[in-house]
Amino acid sequence: MSVDKATVAKIASLARIRMDDAACDAMVPELNQILGWVEQLGEVDVTGVEPMTAVIPNTLRLRDDVVDADPLTGGGVRDKVLANAPAPEHGFFGVPKVIE
Amino acid sequence: MSEYRIQGATGEWEVVIGLEVHAQVTSKAKLFSGAATAFGAEPNTQVSLVDAAMPGMLPVPNRECIRQAVRTGMAIDAQINKWSRFDRKNYFYADLPQGYQISQLYHPLVGEGYLDVSLDDKDPENTKRIGVERIHVEQDAGKLMHDQHPTMSYVDLNRSGVALMEIVSKPDMRSPAEAGAYVRKLRSILRYVGSCDGNMEEGSMRADVNVSVRKPGDEFGTRTETKNVNSVRFVMQVIEYEANRQVDVIENGGTVDQETRLFDPDTGTTRTMRSKEDAHDYRYFPDPDLLPLELDDAFLADCRESLPELPDAKRHRYENELGLTAYNAGQLTADVDVYQRYEAILAATAAKVGKSESDVATQVANWVLSVAPGVKNATEDADEANDTTAANAGIIALSAAGTVSGGQAKEIYEIVLKTGREPEEIAETEGLKQNSDTGAIEAVVDEVLANNADKVEEYRGGKDKLFGFFVGQTMKAMKGQGNPAVVNEILKAKLG
Amino acid sequence: MTELTELTVAAIRKGVAGGDFTAVEVAEAFNANVAAASELNAFIVATPEKAVEAAQAVDAKRAKGEDLGKMGGVPIGMKDLFATNGVQTTAASHMLEGFVPQYESTVSQKLWDAGAGMLGKLNLDQFAMGSSNETSYFGNVISPWRRKDGGNADLAPGGSSGGSSSAVSARLCPAATGTDTGGSIRQPAAFTGITGIKPTYGRCSRWGVVAFASSLDQAGPMARDVTDCAIMLEAMAGFDPKDSTSLDMPVPEWEAGLNPDMKGKKVGIPREYRMDGMDPEILKSWDDGIAWLKDAGAEVVDISLPHTKYALPAYYIIAPAEASSNLARYDGVRYGLRDLPEGAGLQDMYAATRADGFGPEVKRRIMIGTYVLSAGFYDAYYNQAQKVRALIARDFEQAWSQCDVILAPTCPSAAFALGDKTSDPLSMYLNDVFAVPASLAGLPAMSVPAGLNSEGLPLGLQIIGKAFDEQGVLNAGLAIEQRAGFTAKPEAWWK
Repeated sequence: MSVDKATVAKIASLARIRMDDAACDAMVPELNQILGWVEQLGEVDVTGVEPMTAVIPNTLRLRDDVVDADPLTGGGVRDKVLANAPAPEHGFFGVPKVIE
Repeated sequence: MSEYRIQGATGEWEVVIGLEVHAQVTSKAKLFSGAATAFGAEPNTQVSLVDAAMPGMLPVPNRECIRQAVRTGMAIDAQINKWSRFDRKNYFYADLPQGYQISQLYHPLVGEGYLDVSLDDKDPENTKRIGVERIHVEQDAGKLMHDQHPTMSYVDLNRSGVALMEIVSKPDMRSPAEAGAYVRKLRSILRYVGSCDGNMEEGSMRADVNVSVRKPGDEFGTRTETKNVNSVRFVMQVIEYEANRQVDVIENGGTVDQETRLFDPDTGTTRTMRSKEDAHDYRYFPDPDLLPLELDDAFLADCRESLPELPDAKRHRYENELGLTAYNAGQLTADVDVYQRYEAILAATAAKVGKSESDVATQVANWVLSVAPGVKNATEDADEANDTTAANAGIIALSAAGTVSGGQAKEIYEIVLKTGREPEEIAETEGLKQNSDTGAIEAVVDEVLANNADKVEEYRGGKDKLFGFFVGQTMKAMKGQGNPAVVNEILKAKLG
Repeated sequence: MTELTELTVAAIRKGVAGGDFTAVEVAEAFNANVAAASELNAFIVATPEKAVEAAQAVDAKRAKGEDLGKMGGVPIGMKDLFATNGVQTTAASHMLEGFVPQYESTVSQKLWDAGAGMLGKLNLDQFAMGSSNETSYFGNVISPWRRKDGGNADLAPGGSSGGSSSAVSARLCPAATGTDTGGSIRQPAAFTGITGIKPTYGRCSRWGVVAFASSLDQAGPMARDVTDCAIMLEAMAGFDPKDSTSLDMPVPEWEAGLNPDMKGKKVGIPREYRMDGMDPEILKSWDDGIAWLKDAGAEVVDISLPHTKYALPAYYIIAPAEASSNLARYDGVRYGLRDLPEGAGLQDMYAATRADGFGPEVKRRIMIGTYVLSAGFYDAYYNQAQKVRALIARDFEQAWSQCDVILAPTCPSAAFALGDKTSDPLSMYLNDVFAVPASLAGLPAMSVPAGLNSEGLPLGLQIIGKAFDEQGVLNAGLAIEQRAGFTAKPEAWWK
């Protein structure tokens, strides 16, 4: 499989990375080189092999249903949450107006 | 069930409906963080660093949310998957801080189940089975506000990360009424189980409505998905509107676009949602921050044991053991609040009158379903706090013992609602008691008959209608407090 | 007086505890070295006051006779991928320039709790994507090493932990944190003649570490010798309930358990790592390593890891896929860069912000990752890669029936010159060919210096161990270290 410029533009749009024509042109051979190389994986016989799910055998731990049990993962920290906001507005994050 | 059809210019059309109901899981903390879930807090005050997707933040799942979803699955007889996984659904939007929603696509927690829904209150056994495809657990998004600033939208992440169950039906519904009944039944079950409060106004439950139309017997048509519909009535409106719109489109030579639409409750119409137009490629993949979720037998057993008696089972028991009518049983079991009130008053009444529950079940049912609501609606300054189980049971017991009449019971209840006084005390002090003393009643009856000897003659001569006159005279003489049954009995005996 | 900046972590800790010198003296000595080495560009931000403040606290504790902690009095460098409360954390990106976290990563907090102090935030490849530290928004890091040819070409310190490797080898800090996704601790350690270990996946919490590829990212120490790595890893590791993939196991006493005696141990030599056209000097260092471990009493066995050649391509699907999603949060809404062109809507703002905020390598990987996950390609790429990954892990599992640790080169070459590989991403990626298999399998792996090549540049040897057996890795590393007698250090040309 190889990508063309239109595909690169579509992927860039999906990834929300603005790319002008020249950038798309430049990206086409780069992506194709890498994709061509990773495609050798297709040679591997994976019959009956399950995709890896946990790197190290381990199962998911579940947390107790307690509010703010750990201040690092609890709420009530609006100042911290908004501290780096580009456009904090009355306790909200401001973004350009969205039309739904 | 009669078939629902859209009458188009080219003939009849059938509507095919599937619902994806998003139900907020009842939990104190969010699905993957310790921030609170309470409704109505100041903006961004219930947001953790995790919910705001700060760099390096990681999700750790809340056991209670998993437990509630499993219990919900069990309540609809669904397959519970002991091995499931969380996946990321990738898209960009201002209410989605991570740039992906943690959801479950490939291996949901709950597999296939079903709901039996009834379209006829009088005949709750006449049901249609609606399949449930799956239930998975996922994060809610934040909220955008568009009306606070001329050029900006505001983002509040309080809801971001709250646990949702997405309950996906099969495309088994064929009319707005079926869809409405499905949502109501689902809501009832969620509330029984306690896994969602079902509060549609606060957004705890909302539906994405998938609608398509076809000529009866044809393949499924192209469907549209109308997002975030938040009442049963609106769900039904969306279906009506979309079905008719789609028929128009097709009959005018067009094709229905598979698209996401928004419902406008003010106009009852739907329109294309502009903001998510190109977001169809969600690039789902297993969330590498989370391991597979494996549930052990002890966890599942605990979930199962904690399930309450569910609506259908309860309805059957009310009919079979308590002897209620199908209609009453259906009405009483439709919602948690109603059955809980009924069962509490029933137990208290039975205890008070020293009879079995089945002996008083019908009387209590009538009281709870029709008498009490009537009085309550008519009582303007009723205080909800006065409407206690004990007071209700007290009034029903007085009525059952013949101490008060039906009318008196209503009057007592009204006073209870306003003042919180004891029913027995009210009956006593307000003179709201009927007299069942046969000796006293006989004395009054004797006097009435003696004073109306002419009418007694006429009655005995065949003028049966006069019986009512004697009753009226007796009651009047007793200032309305005579027990009508006793009065009738004595009058009949004396008049021969 | 001893030159404090020549001391190891163990020696500093001992000297401070014993009163030979104060922690503040140590901090100031390293602060001076950091200040004098701006030419290396190893630090994005220096925090001399933080180093002194932590040192004062240690000195005060000592005065009161309190325990000074595992890292008591040791100033370190912190890779700028770890969130540090109140100190700018950038992941070497324009995107996060000026971002000041209101939280501290678990690993850095553990280090401060153990008595370490922070000299500054170390430069790295942008979002840890790179093998030469040439993708940083804040400029290339330069290796303190130079070839003997007199050409004075600037060499790559390796990547992504290039600031860490450069700083440790140049004596700007006795140790530094690194993170390793596909070799980002081991390859820079090898390039600069220092020691670094990536522990078993899950040993060190990822909480507060800017994510690159979640299923691969692991933090670890980079220091001058094996003992220092053992000390520092003990301070960094441990269960963290905030990280779902964190291992809920006690942290072994690796330092106390160090033992270079390899008697009864089997060392596996994977034949697939011997590739066509391999640099003979790399092969020679590998043979040296084999000889040293034999000398330490080990039995050497040939093993096979048949899927080795597929590790790198699998990695270049899995890591970009995860990264494309992990980096979606950088959208200009809540923190970091916002580029809002006149009249732009939300989606335009995203596209402009991300075009501006990410460098070319980051964009390239996001593009690859987005593509391999996009509709219709998921099975062919991502799922296939995860299946191959399972086979790679199985290869190692089978190898453990024959050996206790595996010995291999860390990299296929010594350090290359800056600019040598930037025009060809694939040749850059191939640098991690020996490092990536252990990353995919989540196994502990370390690089220890083996010697210098003919150009006078360091070469590293890699030891890969069983899951949870950092001790076995450290011990084999120590056996090599004792025999390699690596004492070379770069001349301080930048001073």
